[in-house]
Order: sequence, then structure tokens, then C-alpha cells
Amino acid sequence: MTTITESYVREAPRTARIDWSPYLVGAGIGLLSWIAFAVFGDPLGVTTAYSRIASLFAIPVIGPEAVAQNAYWKSMPLKWDYGVWFLVGIPAGAFISAVMSGTWRLELVPEVWQERFGPSIAKRFIGAFLGGAVIMYGARLAGGCTSGHGISGGLQLAVSSWLFLAVMFATGLGISALMFRKQ
Amino acid sequence: MTAMMTILGPLVMGAAFGFLLQRGKVTNCNVIENQFRLRDFTVLKVMGTAIVVGGIGVLLLVDTGNTKYYVKDANMLAVALGAALFGVGMVVYGYCPGTALGAIATGSVHALVGALGMVAGAILYALSFDWLKAHVLNVWALGKVRLPDVTHVPDIAWFAALAVGAALFFWWVESAEARRK
Repeated sequence: MTTITESYVREAPRTARIDWSPYLVGAGIGLLSWIAFAVFGDPLGVTTAYSRIASLFAIPVIGPEAVAQNAYWKSMPLKWDYGVWFLVGIPAGAFISAVMSGTWRLELVPEVWQERFGPSIAKRFIGAFLGGAVIMYGARLAGGCTSGHGISGGLQLAVSSWLFLAVMFATGLGISALMFRKQ
Repeated sequence: MTAMMTILGPLVMGAAFGFLLQRGKVTNCNVIENQFRLRDFTVLKVMGTAIVVGGIGVLLLVDTGNTKYYVKDANMLAVALGAALFGVGMVVYGYCPGTALGAIATGSVHALVGALGMVAGAILYALSFDWLKAHVLNVWALGKVRLPDVTHVPDIAWFAALAVGAALFFWWVESAEARRK
């Protein structure tokens, strides 16, 4: 697996590095928002659909009865709607972009993490799992994520979303300073 | 809308979003971590531009009757607590939910592990939903309000301020980055 990937990455075109300006990308996402609002009436967002899909994974964990009786999933049942198909599209688009730019690579422990916490894969996986759990719980409690609140809500000047942005960045800066403090 | 459009439409939209996130380098965990360490401002550049460009367009679309607002409820306590957890999770995970899905497809195995964690987080939320609904979700619930509603400052003034503020901030960031090189 690793060798296949390594040889693939070696053979990937080196000339096509990612050199898109972040402002161009931001403007592109803004433009995508226009289409999302005007054509589909469904602003960009991730975690609402994600929690719909999570109900599927919850069946073997807490049992089909508990999922069926759960008040949250009753209000948000699994259905193959706009948001869920949008979610399926995200990895597809990212994959195409990564392959086209020759930046697809296996990553088990990211550099920044490795510099601070060492090369242990187990440590990173535990961190990623716990971080993932906390971020999704927070996103559902807040009613959205960086896309749904941050971008879609932010561009609508929603009070909830600007509160989200301010608190999210403030706590992120704080926890980052703690996590990456000099020893 | 045809049946094809109801599937193909969101698929293409999602793919365009994922493509842009990857091209914007925000599917890279290091870029996100370094934003919170104030060493790389890519995340803010992408988000700030998206909010200003997207917001002005959507404002025009609303004013011309081509769309409406889809504002989330301002349950202030829940949003504040949720956003605080979100900030912690984002730094520990190194991704937000959307960029994580993109990262998995670019080869980040640890992002996939975190995605399983996100499933666990969603299950925990569903299990605690009744209690949250009774004790948290209704606290300081202001409804679907927008900043122009509560401040009586018109939309156009907000966007003018945001655009100028963002331009100045990014100009300062760019010149600091140029000095460091």
C-alpha cells in the first residue's frame, strides 16, 4: 500500500504544485454560496447531513430501537437529501484536486503534531478520534460548523454565526497555545 | 427540479467545494494548526474572502427576490458552548468537519480516524439531546436574528466595514509575510 502510494507520488507531475491564491479560493467559495442560495436554496454546510448519516452507524452501537426512539434523530432522520449528496461530493472533489495537483499522499501523523507529540501513530489516532468527537458534539450543540455557521451564517450576518466565529477562534487560540507551549 | 438534478446538483456542488478546499490548502492539517498558532493565515484568508464575496452576492440576490436568508437560531448559550467545544476539537483534530472529509480523500488516514470520532460525537449528542433541549437550547434564545436587526446598522454598512477591515487586515498579514521571507 505504502510503496504503491510512494511510487505514485514520485511519478506525479511536479510542475503542478498548488499555487492557487487563498483569496481566489475564498472568492470561489463565495461564488459557490451564491449558487447554493439562488439555485438550491440550501447554504453550504456539513454537520447536519453528517449527523443524519451517523444515525446509521449508531444502530450497531446503541441498537435500532434506541435510534428509532431518539428525539434528535426523529427530528433529523437519515434521508438522502441535498446535504447528504453534498457531503459525498466533498471527498470526490478533494480527491480530484489532490491527484491533479500531485499532492495526494498518505499521512498518518502530520508534521505539526509530530514536532510536538512525536511519531507515535497510536497517540495521533487517539488525539484525532477524541478531537473528532469533541468537534462534532460542539458543532451539533452550536447548530453548525465552519461551513454552515462560519461561512454560510457569517455571510448572512447571522448573530448566532458571528458568536460562533468569535468563540471558536478564541478557544482555538487558547487551546493551541496550551497544546503547543514551549517546554 | 428533475430527479437527476436533486442528486447530481448537490454532488457537483460538494465536489466543487471539496476541490476548492484542497486547492486552498485547508485540507492540510498543518495549515489549520498553524492558523491557530498564528504562523499561517491561509484559513482566515479563505474564510474572510468567502464571507465578503459570498455575503455581498447573497445580499443582492435577497434584495432582488432571488433567494431568502437561511439564518440559524441564536440560542446564545448553546452556540457559545458548542463553539468553545468546536474550537478545542478543531485544534486537537487539526480539521473542521468539512476539511476533514476532503483530507480523507487526499490520503490522511488520521483524518479518517477522527471522522469515526465525529460519528461518536454525533451519537453522544443524540443521546444527550433531551437533557440539552430542556436545559441548554432554550437559554438566551433570540431566534433567527441578523446583525442588522439587532444593531439597526444596515447590511451595506456591515459589508463595507467587513470588506475594508478584511482588506486592511490581509494587507498587514501579507506585508508581514513578505518581510519574513
